[in-house]
Amino acid sequence: MGIPVSMTVNGKAVAAEIEPRTLLAQFLREHLRLTGTHVGCDTGQCGACTIHLNGRAVKACNLLTAQAQGAQIVTIEGVAAANGELHPMQAAFRQHHGLQCGFCTPGMVMAALDLVKRQPNPTEDAIRAGLDGNLCRCTGYHNIVKAVQTGAAAMKG
Amino acid sequence: MNAPVIGTRVERKEDYRFLTGSGTYTDDVALPGQTCAYFLRSQHAHAKINRIDISKAKTAPGVIEVFTGADLPGSVGGLPCGWLITDVNGQPMKEPKHPLLAQGKVRYVGDHVAVVIAETLNQAKDACELIEVDYEVLPAVVNVADARKPGAAQVHDIAPDNTCYVWALGDKTAVDKAFAQAAHVTKLDFINNRLIPNAIEPRAAVASYSRGDDSYTLYVTSQNPHVARLLMTAFVLGLPEHKLRVIAPDVGGGFGSKIFLYAEETVLTWASKQVNRPIKWTAERSESFVSDAHGRDHLTSAELALDKNGGFLALRVHTTANMGAYLSTFASCIPTILYATLLAGQYTTPAIYCEVTAVFTNTAPVDAYRGAGRPEASYVIERLVSTAAREMKIPDADIRRRNFIKEFPYQTPVALCYDTGDYEATLTEALKLADVAGFEARRKEAAARGKLRGLGYSAYIEACGLAPSNVAGSLGARAGLFEAGEVRVHPTGKVTVFTGSHSHGQGHETTFAQVVADRLGLGVDDVDIVHGDTGRILFGMGTYGSRSIAVGGTAIVKALDKIVAKGKRIAAHLLEAPDADIEFKDGKFTVAGTDRQVPFAQVALSAYVPHHYPLDKLEPGLNESAVYDPTNFTFPAGSHICEVEVDPDTGATKIVNFTAVDDFGKTINPMIVEGQVHGGLAQGIGQALLEACVYDRETGQLLTGTYLDYAVPRADDLPSFKVTTRETPCTHNPLGVKGCGEAGAIGAPAAVINAIVDALAHLGIRDIEMPATPQRVWQALQSAKKERIAT
Repeated sequence: MGIPVSMTVNGKAVAAEIEPRTLLAQFLREHLRLTGTHVGCDTGQCGACTIHLNGRAVKACNLLTAQAQGAQIVTIEGVAAANGELHPMQAAFRQHHGLQCGFCTPGMVMAALDLVKRQPNPTEDAIRAGLDGNLCRCTGYHNIVKAVQTGAAAMKG
Repeated sequence: MNAPVIGTRVERKEDYRFLTGSGTYTDDVALPGQTCAYFLRSQHAHAKINRIDISKAKTAPGVIEVFTGADLPGSVGGLPCGWLITDVNGQPMKEPKHPLLAQGKVRYVGDHVAVVIAETLNQAKDACELIEVDYEVLPAVVNVADARKPGAAQVHDIAPDNTCYVWALGDKTAVDKAFAQAAHVTKLDFINNRLIPNAIEPRAAVASYSRGDDSYTLYVTSQNPHVARLLMTAFVLGLPEHKLRVIAPDVGGGFGSKIFLYAEETVLTWASKQVNRPIKWTAERSESFVSDAHGRDHLTSAELALDKNGGFLALRVHTTANMGAYLSTFASCIPTILYATLLAGQYTTPAIYCEVTAVFTNTAPVDAYRGAGRPEASYVIERLVSTAAREMKIPDADIRRRNFIKEFPYQTPVALCYDTGDYEATLTEALKLADVAGFEARRKEAAARGKLRGLGYSAYIEACGLAPSNVAGSLGARAGLFEAGEVRVHPTGKVTVFTGSHSHGQGHETTFAQVVADRLGLGVDDVDIVHGDTGRILFGMGTYGSRSIAVGGTAIVKALDKIVAKGKRIAAHLLEAPDADIEFKDGKFTVAGTDRQVPFAQVALSAYVPHHYPLDKLEPGLNESAVYDPTNFTFPAGSHICEVEVDPDTGATKIVNFTAVDDFGKTINPMIVEGQVHGGLAQGIGQALLEACVYDRETGQLLTGTYLDYAVPRADDLPSFKVTTRETPCTHNPLGVKGCGEAGAIGAPAAVINAIVDALAHLGIRDIEMPATPQRVWQALQSAKKERIAT
């Protein structure tokens, strides 16, 4: 009793038949094996599963795959250049030690990219408010804030 | 001369994979033929199970097997506790059986009743709902303060009054005498709030069985895979240890909660043979909340005796500690060995007595959480010291300076011997960095805006680098606490290091590579660090208690010493010189006093292509291992200063400045060290302001079982931090390192609460219970107002 879905993920067309209750995070992780999108809470509160859907940051654990029918999806696997070179935001996270265990990191980077798109020159307060939907238990956010500031500046240059 | 790599901010080697989504966490592992497990958990805090009917679940679509406690063979043991505490009467602690799946009774909400194994997770969940359990609900005992009250529900028949042990440390007579002669006594009662660790990666396991060679492989979110293997095989499942390989791949944070052996991975390992298919289980967050081992949960009464000048004479502490429903792996040693021994803090208090009563309740097991005993000890001391300072009208910095230990080594009255430190230096630096001199002006400026500013101090100490095995053994440890390391030099001179430490965010792949690169004169990229796999690493005790660099790092250094020693003999042969004349520096073996030299890589090649090689004296190859057992703990210490602004209209506290000056001995990578401090501070501030695990006191239902109810700090709850270090090198390990992982969580809570109390003290407020939520602060302000009107 599957339903057909099709969408574009990281620039590639994908199509599958899925159980209707399949969540988008499940579809990405288990059907497409894009395991960079992590599930930390199942309830939209930790943000580890943040991806871009039609250019907007969303939490993939809170969407049914069917809701992404026809959508353009970008996951963390689609952020670096084709040759593997890090995106300036990813590079800024590395430069400032904005990650430790790495589990929240994909969602944090996807949320940061969305934040900078909306606010190209974010202040510290704006970054802290803008990342309110993403939990990190390792870094205390100090270096994440610095990374997002540097990443934002680099994205303009 | 190579550029130095020790003490430099090398970007992390592990970051590329984490930033591109190419890490491998346990839930990312997918084995051919994999099935999914889902656990049925108790919804009652305490109940007798009259009957479990699994017949409908067994025939549900996709279901492969359903197991309950009755299906486990008698040879399967309970989950063991790794530390035996002996009580004040010389009797062993009460150690009730901790079954993998409930045996006739459930004892906390979240306790394991059954497991369903199915083709898909949805099928396993659907089938789980078809299991019928006839519970006879029993009265529950939930709160630590209620556990020993007459008539309280009994969690275990073998533990009367719900008492696991009553344990004591110190000289009671000397303490009583000192109190009788004291000029001033400061007394406080504390609740050290119960916390839920909440690593963002939920616990997970993938177990598989190979019929071909009768062996098992377990991927698991563990901080110490070798310990998990040993406990699981030798103490629970009775399997041959060499037939189980445990892999802890990338692990998304631990903070203590992934040290312990849990029921889920143990049941999965056993069941993988029964179903002869791989099985995966990943906790949902709601399962993490109810079933990960929790932290803290102390009820304490403490008194400090002082002379008329503010000199500390004695400290008396009575603590009741909640163990939860069962003894988790290290539960028993946290409120004893890792708590009472730290009660000297940074001070020369000559007499200390601490009595600890550990109790069982119908709540999730409680065990080590970042800091583990030491945050509780530090909170007791530093809250007492600041309260005494206020009562005696002595400035905070002065009362601390007056009592600081200044000469080392220093033998405390509570067993530990501090090797080195400079508490004056960290305090002085913190006063400067926090601009304490300018505080009164800031306080006035805030008051003009209707806000209350306060400044809080915390001068903490911790014992890390666990531990001399013989000392730990004499205190009840049922394991050694050494660490193993192996350095494998490849024929081209590149190096792979195998360490028994485990990185789940700490950056060992970089820090340890810096140590190796420094010693061998290589680039950091020439060295890879392998961790977390019993199949590749000779042994390991794992990562907890800020022990990795001090113990695991030292094991690697010991192995490197052997590599260099062997390399010298090979070089001597190649250079036709006596062994004793060879020096090794900057990656080159040189005949002393000459320019005759061979590079490290050439020596490595000779070891593997031994055509011109002293085969009569030396084996070919260049691979050495070492096991290091420390001779003492290490003693990181520091001074934290917190500045808060309280809004009296709402009770909301804002941290406007947080300064941490820490002494971790030598630092290998300051960037990583600062990151560890930031993270620790966030958890310490979380405990002080936001986080509280709350159970309903009657029913034992967890009331804070989601991120909406349990407030893990978010980015806009925290300030940017001012952190720096001062170094007094550890005297008993070759790197001079002490460990930095827990400092923030240990120092921060007292600094925050001292700051809030400082802001409110002029209103007659002397204490605020953690977490100091706006509601609690507002209520304290209203009560203070009422009292002032009444008087």
